[in-house]
Amino acid sequence: MHFPFLSVIVFTPLVAALGILLYKPEQKKAIRITALSAAIFALALSVWVYFTYDKAVAGYQFVEKYNWMPMLGISLHFGVDGMSVPLVLLTGIVMVTGVMISWGIEDRPREFFAFLFILASGVFGVFASLDLFMLFFFYEIAVFPMYLLISIWGWIKTREYAAMKLTLYLFIGSVVSLIGALVIYWTSGQHTFDMLVLETVKFTPTFQKIWFLPVFLGFAVLGGIFPFHNWSPDGHVAAPTAVSMFHAGVLMKLGAFAALRVGIMLLPEGAKFWAPLIMGLALINIVYGAFIASVQSDFKYVIGFSSVSHMGLVMMGFATLKPEGLLGAGVQMFSHGVMTALFFATVGMVYDRAHTRQIPELGGLIKPLPLVAIGVIVGSLVSMGMPGFSGFVAEFPIFMGIWRTQWLVAVIAAISIIVTASYVLLVVRRVFFGKMPETLQGHITPINTLDKIALVLLMALMIGIGIFPALMVPWVQSGVQHILALLGGA
Amino acid sequence: MTTILPILPEILLLALGILILTIDPFLKKESSRRSFLGWFTAVGLLVTLAISLLIARPAESILVVGGMLRFDWLGFIFKMFFVFAAGITSLFFMEVEALNHRAEIYFLLLAATLGMCLMASSADLIMLYLAIETTSIPLYLLAGFLKKDEKSTEAGFKYMLFGALTSAVLLYGFSLIFGFTGKTSLYDLSQYFSSFNLVAVGITFLVLTGLAFKVSLFPFHFWAPDVYEGAPTPVAGFLSTASKAAGFAVLIRLFIAVFPSLSSDWSLILAILATLTMTVGNLIALTQKNVKRLLAYSSIAHAGYAMIGVVAFSQLGFASVVFYLIGYILTNLLAFGIVSLVGSTTGSDDYPAYAGLSRRNPALGLAALVAFLSLAGMPPFVGFVAKFLVFSAAIETGWVWLAIVGILNSIVGLYYYLNVLKYVYLYRMENQDEQQHVIPVSRRVVFALAILVIGVLLLGSLFGPWFGFASKAAISLF
Amino acid sequence: MALINQFILQHLLTLILFFPILAAVVVLCLPKDNIKAIRWTTFSLSLVPLLLTIILWAQFKAGQAGYQFEEQYHWYAAIHSTLHLGVDGLSLTMVLLTTLLTPVALLASFNINDRVKVYMALFLFLETGMLGVFLALDLLIFFVFWEIGLVPMYFLINQWGSEKGEREIWKGVKVQARNYASLKFILFTMGGSLGLLLAIQMLGVLFQNYDLPVLVQKWNSLTTGSLLGLPVQTVKTVAFWAFVIAFAVKVPVWPFHTWLPDAHTEAPTAGSMILAGVLLKLGAYGFLRLVLPLYPAESAHYAGWLAFLAVMAIVFGAFSAYGQKDFKRLVAYSSVNHMGFVLLGIAAAAKAAGTLNANIALNGAVLQMFNHGLSAAGMFFLVGVIYERTHTRNLEDYGGLFPLVPIYGGILIFTSMASLGLPGLNGFISEFLVVRGAWPVLTLYTAIAMIGLLFTGAYILKGIKNVLHGPLNEHWVQGEHKLTEINTREIIVMAPLMTLILVIGIWPAWILDVINKAMGMLFH
Repeated sequence: MHFPFLSVIVFTPLVAALGILLYKPEQKKAIRITALSAAIFALALSVWVYFTYDKAVAGYQFVEKYNWMPMLGISLHFGVDGMSVPLVLLTGIVMVTGVMISWGIEDRPREFFAFLFILASGVFGVFASLDLFMLFFFYEIAVFPMYLLISIWGWIKTREYAAMKLTLYLFIGSVVSLIGALVIYWTSGQHTFDMLVLETVKFTPTFQKIWFLPVFLGFAVLGGIFPFHNWSPDGHVAAPTAVSMFHAGVLMKLGAFAALRVGIMLLPEGAKFWAPLIMGLALINIVYGAFIASVQSDFKYVIGFSSVSHMGLVMMGFATLKPEGLLGAGVQMFSHGVMTALFFATVGMVYDRAHTRQIPELGGLIKPLPLVAIGVIVGSLVSMGMPGFSGFVAEFPIFMGIWRTQWLVAVIAAISIIVTASYVLLVVRRVFFGKMPETLQGHITPINTLDKIALVLLMALMIGIGIFPALMVPWVQSGVQHILALLGGA
Repeated sequence: MTTILPILPEILLLALGILILTIDPFLKKESSRRSFLGWFTAVGLLVTLAISLLIARPAESILVVGGMLRFDWLGFIFKMFFVFAAGITSLFFMEVEALNHRAEIYFLLLAATLGMCLMASSADLIMLYLAIETTSIPLYLLAGFLKKDEKSTEAGFKYMLFGALTSAVLLYGFSLIFGFTGKTSLYDLSQYFSSFNLVAVGITFLVLTGLAFKVSLFPFHFWAPDVYEGAPTPVAGFLSTASKAAGFAVLIRLFIAVFPSLSSDWSLILAILATLTMTVGNLIALTQKNVKRLLAYSSIAHAGYAMIGVVAFSQLGFASVVFYLIGYILTNLLAFGIVSLVGSTTGSDDYPAYAGLSRRNPALGLAALVAFLSLAGMPPFVGFVAKFLVFSAAIETGWVWLAIVGILNSIVGLYYYLNVLKYVYLYRMENQDEQQHVIPVSRRVVFALAILVIGVLLLGSLFGPWFGFASKAAISLF
Repeated sequence: MALINQFILQHLLTLILFFPILAAVVVLCLPKDNIKAIRWTTFSLSLVPLLLTIILWAQFKAGQAGYQFEEQYHWYAAIHSTLHLGVDGLSLTMVLLTTLLTPVALLASFNINDRVKVYMALFLFLETGMLGVFLALDLLIFFVFWEIGLVPMYFLINQWGSEKGEREIWKGVKVQARNYASLKFILFTMGGSLGLLLAIQMLGVLFQNYDLPVLVQKWNSLTTGSLLGLPVQTVKTVAFWAFVIAFAVKVPVWPFHTWLPDAHTEAPTAGSMILAGVLLKLGAYGFLRLVLPLYPAESAHYAGWLAFLAVMAIVFGAFSAYGQKDFKRLVAYSSVNHMGFVLLGIAAAAKAAGTLNANIALNGAVLQMFNHGLSAAGMFFLVGVIYERTHTRNLEDYGGLFPLVPIYGGILIFTSMASLGLPGLNGFISEFLVVRGAWPVLTLYTAIAMIGLLFTGAYILKGIKNVLHGPLNEHWVQGEHKLTEINTREIIVMAPLMTLILVIGIWPAWILDVINKAMGMLFH
C-alpha cells in the first residue's frame, strides 16, 4: 500500500502540538518526551524519504493528491523533488536538535512546544507542497507562531519590537507574493492551483516581467534579501535558541525556496529578465552582511548578520540560473541550515551560562565547554568555505555559476570569504580561548547529554557532506535538471 | 406542506418565542429557574436548526408566500447561521446576570432572529421593510437592555435614532420605487433600472444609504463603536455578526435582482466605499485601548473586506462574500464571547484587563489566539480562507488595486490583533499572581466557545464543502 | 600475502595520503593523561607513511614518462572533479620530504606537555593536508588540500606557540604575539589564495573539467579568440598573476613574505620545522606543477619580474637575517633567503624553457626545495633545543657556549654549514645548480644574487659566533641556569637530517636522477 509519507511528515508536528496542548501545564516531563518522540518520528520519516528517493528517475516523488476544493482547483498536493527533499530532511534535523536544546525551558513548555510544532508543520508543508494555495496556507502557518515564540520566550530587551517587526515584514512579503500568485492563477486560465500544471503554462513575456519581481521579492523577504533583510538580525537575536535555530536554519530557506518554486519556476522569462538585479541585491547581501557582522560586539548579532551574508549566496546561486549556481544554492541551503542551527545552539549554551553575549565579556570558554568550542570551530570553518566541509561544497559551484554569468561579481563576492574568515576566527578566539573573565569563573557548567548529541549530529553532517559530496549533491543535481528544463535549457 | 416548509424556521422561531413568554410567568424568580429559559431557547434553536436542515432545504429557487419571499439557498444558508448565532448568543446571555433575570431578552433575541430570517429571503419591498423593522426594533431594545447602565441606555438610544433615520430614508427610497414602477416585487424591478437615469441614481442612493447603515459601511459606520461599546457584550456580538450578515444578504439580493445592469457604474463607487470603510476602520482601530471598541472598528473593517466580494460581482465574488460572512460570524462571536467572559470577571474591557490571560486560563488564552488570528486572516483559521477568496474574486474580475488595498489593510489589522495577543500572552498581572486569579468558565460557555473554535478551525482547513454551500447560495441568486 | 601486497601497491598513494588521518583518529581515542602512550603511538604511526614512501620510491621508475601509481575516484561528479592522485619525480621528492620530516618533527615535539593528544592529532591532519597537495592531479583537490592544511597550522601556532611576546596592532591594542602571527598567517595565505580560487573556478567553468593533465593540454591549446568578453591573452595574464600571487605568498616571495617571520618565530619548534620544511615548498611546488605547465608563455614573458622578486628575497632576506637579534627570527629570514634561490631557478627555467640551462636550473630548484627542507628543519630544531634550556632566543644572551655543549655546538655548526652552502654538504649542490642554470639566462639577477650569497655566509657565521664562540657567558655555567647538553632524543631527531645532508652533499645522484628525469619530461 502506498504509505502517505509526506502527509504524515507534514501533519505529525501539528497533531503532536494538539496533543501537547491537552497536557496539564505541570506535566513538563511528559510534554518534553512527547515533543521529542514526535520530532524523532518526523526525522526518521524524512531520512527514509531522503534515502529512498530515486535520483535516477528524478522528478516529483512521494506524490499525494487529495481534492480539497475542486471548484477552484485547490488540492492537498504533496511531492518532493531533488531540491526539496534535502530541505525536508533539514527540517527534521533542526526539529529534533531544537527540541533537544529546548529541554530546559521552564516557562510554559506546553505552549512553547505546541507553537514550535505548528511552525514545524508549516515549514514541512511549504517544502512538500505542489499546490500554490497550500503553499501559502502552510507559509502563513509558519509565520504567526514566530510572533508568539519570540515575544513570549525571547530576549527580554528587544523581543516585543523584534517579534512585531519580524511578523509584519514577513506577512507583508508573503501577501505581496500572494497577489502575484492569484494573478498567475487567474491569468493561466487553467483553474487550478496545481503547480505542476502551472509550470507548463507559458505566460506572456510582458506578464512575466511585470509579475516576477513582486512574487520573487515577496518571498525573498523571508530569505533575507537586501534591502528587506532588516527584520532578520533583530529577530535572530531576540528569539529563544530553538526558535533562532528554526528561524535561520529553516525559515529563511522557506523564503528562498518559495521564491524559486513560485518565482523562477513559474515565471522563467521574468526570472531571466530580472536576474541581474537579483544578483546585484544578493551581492550586497554577501559583502555587506559580512562587513556588518565583523563589527558586531554581540555574539548573536555576528551570527545573525552572517546569516544574511550566507543567504545572499543562496540567492546569488539562484539568480545565476546556471546549473552549477542552482546546485550550489541547493546545497548551501542545507549546509547553512545545519551550520547556523549549530551556531545558535552554541550561542544559546554560552548565554545560558554566562548571561552575556558581549564578546569582550567572554573568554576562555574552551576549558569548561570543549565540545561547544569544537562545534563553533567546525561551524566557523564551514562559514568561511573551508574545503573539507559542506560550506565549500556549496559555495564553490555557486561561484562557478557566477563565473558563467558575470565574472566581476565573482571577484567582488570573493572578498566576503576573507572578511568572513577574519571575523569568524577572531570571534572564536576571543570567546573560547584566552583568559576567562573573573565574572564568569565558576558559572560555566558543562552541557548535558542531549546538547552533546545535538552538537555531534550537526557537526557530523557538515563534515560528512564536506568529505563526501555524493551524500547530497546527486539529489540536488536531479532537482536542478528540472529547473533548467523550465528555464529553457540554459 | 409546501407553503409551510419555506417558512418553517420562522414559524418555529415564532412558536419558540411565544412559548418563552408563556412559560416565564410560571417560573419563580430564582436564577436557577432563569437559566432554564436560556437553555430552553438554546435547545429550541438547535431543534429549529436540525429540523430545518432536515426537511426544509430548498430545491429550486421559487417565490413563495404570495411572492413575498424567495425560497432559495442564499436565504436558507443565512437563516441557518442566524439561528446558530442566536443559539450561541443565548448561551452567552445566561452568563450575564443582568441580562438573564428577564425572560424578555430571549424573546427579543428570537424576534430579531425572525426578522433577520425574513430579511434574508425577502423578495418584496414591503416584506423587506417589515423584516428590517422586525429585526431592528428588538435590537434597539437589546442594546439598551441594561437600564441601570448609562452606556447601555445611550447605546440603545443612539442606535434607535440612527436606525430610525436610515429606515425612514430606506422607506422613502422604497416608496419612490413603487411610485415610479408600480411594482413592489424585487424580481419585477430590474427592467426599470436597466438604464442610467437620474431617478434610478437617486433611488439607488437612498436604498444604499439605508443598507449601508445596517452593514456599517463608510460613511454610515460611526454609530457602531459607541453602540457596540455600550451594549451588553453578547448583544454586541450578535449585532456585529448576524445583523450585519443580514444586511449583506439584502444588499446582495438587491444588487442581483434589481440593479444588475448598473453594476458596472456602481462598482467603482462601492469599491471606493469599501476602501474607505476598511481603511477608516483599521486606522482608527490602531489607536484603541479598549477591546470592545477595537472589535467594533475591526467589524467595520471586515464589512469593507466583505464588500470587495460584492464589488467583484461574479459568482465567485458572491460566493466569497457568503463564505466570508459565515466565517466572520463564527470568529466574531468567539471574540465577543471571550470579551464578555473577561469583562464580567474583571469588570473592564480595557487592554490591561487582558494581561496574563493565558496564565489565568490557558484554554481561554488559546481561544483568544484562535479568534484574533482568524480576524487577522491567518491560517489554519477561517479568516485566511475568507480573505483569500474575496481577494481572489477581486483579481479575477480585474479589481487588482482593490485586492492590494485589502491586503495592505490586513497588514494593519495584523498589527493591532497581535497587540491584543501581546497582552494575553506576554504581559502579566501586576503581582504576577495569575494562579490566584484564575478565570472560571462555566460549562455552557465552554461548550459555546468550543463549538466556535472548532468551527473556525474546521472552516479554515476543510473548507471545501462549506465553500460549496456558499457557491450554492451564490448560484441561487441568479 | 600476495593479495595484501597487491592491494598496497595498487592503492599506495591513497594509503600514504589518508593513513595520517586514521592515525589521528586512533590517537584521539587514547586517554588524554597517558602522555607517553600518546607520543609514542603517534610517532610510530607516523613512520608508516614514511615506510610506504620508501616502498614507493623503490618501485618508482625514474625514466618513465607521465605520472605513476595513478588512482582516480569519484568525488564531486556534478562539477567534474575527481580524487585523482599520482606521482612523478617532482612530487615523489616532496612526498619523501614530508613523510620524513613529520616523524622527525613529532619526535622533536616530545617536550610538549599541554594538551598533547590534540597537538599530535593536529600534526597528523596537517601531514595529510600537505601530502594531498603534492599528490593531487585534480585542480580542485589541489585547492582543497591547499586550504585544509592551513587550519591545523593555525591552531598549532595559536595554541602551542611561544607564550611570551606581544604585538601592538592599532590604537594601543595589544595582542599576544602568537595570536597575531597565526591570524596573519592564515588570512594572508587565504587572501593570496583568493585569486587562485577564482582562477580555478574560471578554468572549471571553461573546460568542465578539473583534471590537471586535461587542463594543461586544453588551456595551452586555447590561444586565440576571446573569453568572458576579453581577449584570451589578457585573461591568461590575469589568471597567471592570480596563480603566482597565491604561490608567492606561500613560498614566500618578497614582498609577500611579511607573514613568515612572525609565524615561524611564534610557532612551536616542531611547527616551525614543518612550516619551513614543507609548507613553504607547497608554494614552490605550485609554481612547478601548475604555473609553468599552464602558463609557459606568460612565465617566459614575466620571468624577469619573477627573477627580480627572487633576487630581492635572496638579498633582503640575507640582510634582514643579518640584522636580527632573535635567533629564531634569523633562521626565519634565512628561509626567505633560501627560497629565493628556488624561485630564481624557476624563473630561469621559465625564461629558457626547453634548454639545458633550464633543466639545470630546475634541478637546482627542486633539490634546493628538498635540501632547504632538511636544513631549515634542522636549524629550527636546534634553536628550539637551546631555547628550551635558556628560555631566551636573544643572541646577545648567549655567548661562548661551545665548551659547555660541544656536541650541540658541533651539530649546530654542521647544520649551519649546510645552510650556508658549504661544498660537501647538500646546500652547495643545489645552489650551484641554480646559479649555473640561471647565469646564462638571467645574468644580472644572478650576479646580484651572489651578493646575497655572500651575506648568507655573513649571517650564518654571525649566528654561530654569537651562540658558540666568543667569551663564555658565565650565566649559563652553573646553578639553575646550567646549560645541559643535547640529549639522546634530540640527537636522534637530527640524525636522519644530518645523514641526508651529508649523503646528498657527497653523492647526490640517487635523488638528482629522479628529479632530473622528471624535469626533463615535464619541460622538454
